[in-house]
Amino acid sequence: MTEKPDLRAAVAAGVGGSEESFRALLAAIVEVARSIFGAKASSILLLDEATEELVFEAVVGEGEDTLLGTRFPAGKGIAGWVLATQTPLVIEDVQQDPRFAKDVAEDSGYVPSGLMAAPLMHEERALGVLSVLDRPEQSLFSLQEMELLGLFANQASIAVDLLLKARKANTVLDQSEGDLEVVARLAAVVDALEDEKRASGIRLLNDLAGTLGA
Amino acid sequence: MQDVSAHGWDAGQAALPAWSLPKDAVDRIALPGDWPERVTREWALGGSTGKGARVCILDSGVEAGHPRVGDLESAVVISIGENEEVIAEEDTEGDVSGHGTACAGIVRTLAPECSISSVRVLGSTFTGSGSILLGGLRYAVEQGFDVINMSLSTTKKPFASVLHELADNAYFKRTVLVASAHNMPVESYPWRFSSVISVGSHEEDDSLAFFANPNPPVEFFGRGVNVEVPWLGGRSLKVSGNSFATPHLSAICALILAKHPELTPFQLKSVLYLTATNVGGGK
Repeated sequence: MTEKPDLRAAVAAGVGGSEESFRALLAAIVEVARSIFGAKASSILLLDEATEELVFEAVVGEGEDTLLGTRFPAGKGIAGWVLATQTPLVIEDVQQDPRFAKDVAEDSGYVPSGLMAAPLMHEERALGVLSVLDRPEQSLFSLQEMELLGLFANQASIAVDLLLKARKANTVLDQSEGDLEVVARLAAVVDALEDEKRASGIRLLNDLAGTLGA
Repeated sequence: MQDVSAHGWDAGQAALPAWSLPKDAVDRIALPGDWPERVTREWALGGSTGKGARVCILDSGVEAGHPRVGDLESAVVISIGENEEVIAEEDTEGDVSGHGTACAGIVRTLAPECSISSVRVLGSTFTGSGSILLGGLRYAVEQGFDVINMSLSTTKKPFASVLHELADNAYFKRTVLVASAHNMPVESYPWRFSSVISVGSHEEDDSLAFFANPNPPVEFFGRGVNVEVPWLGGRSLKVSGNSFATPHLSAICALILAKHPELTPFQLKSVLYLTATNVGGGK
C-alpha cells in the first residue's frame, strides 16, 4: 500500500499496454518456440515471490487447457533448479522422474518425455522459466538449439518484465481506492486523441498544472 | 588485511606467512622439480581411478546409494542461522531436483574410486538462496576438499566480491573450484574468476575429451551434450548443458590429483592445458 498516490503508475496504467496484450505476447512467444523446435508443448512459468511458487502464465500445446494458472513450489524439481541456478538445461526421458511428473503433470495428465528449460532473466533477477516440452524423439539435441532457446528466453524475459510492470501499475491503481483512476482515465483519453486534439489536450493539462501550482 | 609484523622473514619462525624471501631462506623453499620432459595424458592420469581424491558436489543434493553413484563420504544441507551464521546439518532429504545426483554420477563414472561428498545449497527455501550458496561454498572450502564441483552460478553483483574472496581462498588452500560457465549471454559468477577452472560444453561423445579455449573467460570445454546420467529413484536419463560438462572436468581433475596430489590449482590448470585434446594431450 502506498501512502502517497503514485501518479506515474496511474498514467502508466492508463496509457501502457494492458495485461491482456502482454499475456498475448507471452502466448505468441511460446507458440513460436514450440513451432521452431517442433515440440509438443511450450510454457512460461513465473515466480510468485510472495508464495515462493512457480505459476504457469502461458501454455501452448499439450496441457494448455488445464495448466494455465496452476502452481507448484519454486524450490524443487527441474524448473526449480533452473530458476535457482539461473542456468538452462535439457533433459530427455523425464517420465522416469516421478518428481518431475508431479511438478508439471499432476492435474493435466500430460507427462512429457523431454524438456528444455531456460531461466527468464531481467538484470540480476530470475523472473521465471521458459520450457519447451517433447522435441521430436529422433533428433539428438545440439548446442545450436541451446543457443536458440537462450534467445527465446531473452525475448520472453522482456515481455515478462513488461507484464510485471503493467501488473504493478494496475495494483497501485487498485490500491488508490479510486483516487488515481481519474488520472489514469485522463491519460488514456489524451493518449488516444488525434494529433491536433491531442496537442490541445496537452496544452489544457499544462494550464491545469499551472493553476494547481505545479 | 596483511600482518605487517610478519613482513620480515624470520627463519626461526617459518610457520609465519612469508610476504618476502630473504636470501638465506631460498634453500628452505626448494621444491621438487621432477616434471617429465613432456606432460602427457598418460603421465597426468594414466592408471588413476581417483582413489584418494575428495570431490564435493555443491548442488541440489545427491541420492546416496544410487547404483551409479555409490556411497557418499558425507552429505550436508546448508542453511543460514538467525545471526547470519552458516549451518551445515546432515542431509536426510537427499536430492531435491536430480541435478546433483547427475553430477555425482558423471564424476563416479570417470573416477570410480574417488570420494564424493554432497553439500546441498538448493531446495530449503527460495528466498535467500544466494546467501546459502555462499555459505555452502565457504563450508566446502573449509572442509579442504580437493575438488569442488559447482555447476551453478549467480548473477547477483553484490555476491561477486564475496565469491571472489572464497574462490581465492580455495585457490590458496589447494582446493580446485570447477565452475560451470553460463550457457546464456549474462554476467554471472564465479566461473569468470581466473582462480577457478571454468567449463563450457562440447558436442563430442567422448567423456574424457576436453578442450582448452584460447579465448577465455571460459577456459575449458567438457562433454556437455546428450550425456547419460543417473537421476532420482535409481534411474538414468539423457541430459545436456554446461552444468553437466563441469563434472566431467571435475572428474578429470580428481584423476590427476589422485595421481599427483602435490599439484597446486595453478599447476593443475597447466597440466589440463598441456593434456587438453586440442593441445595434443588426447593422443
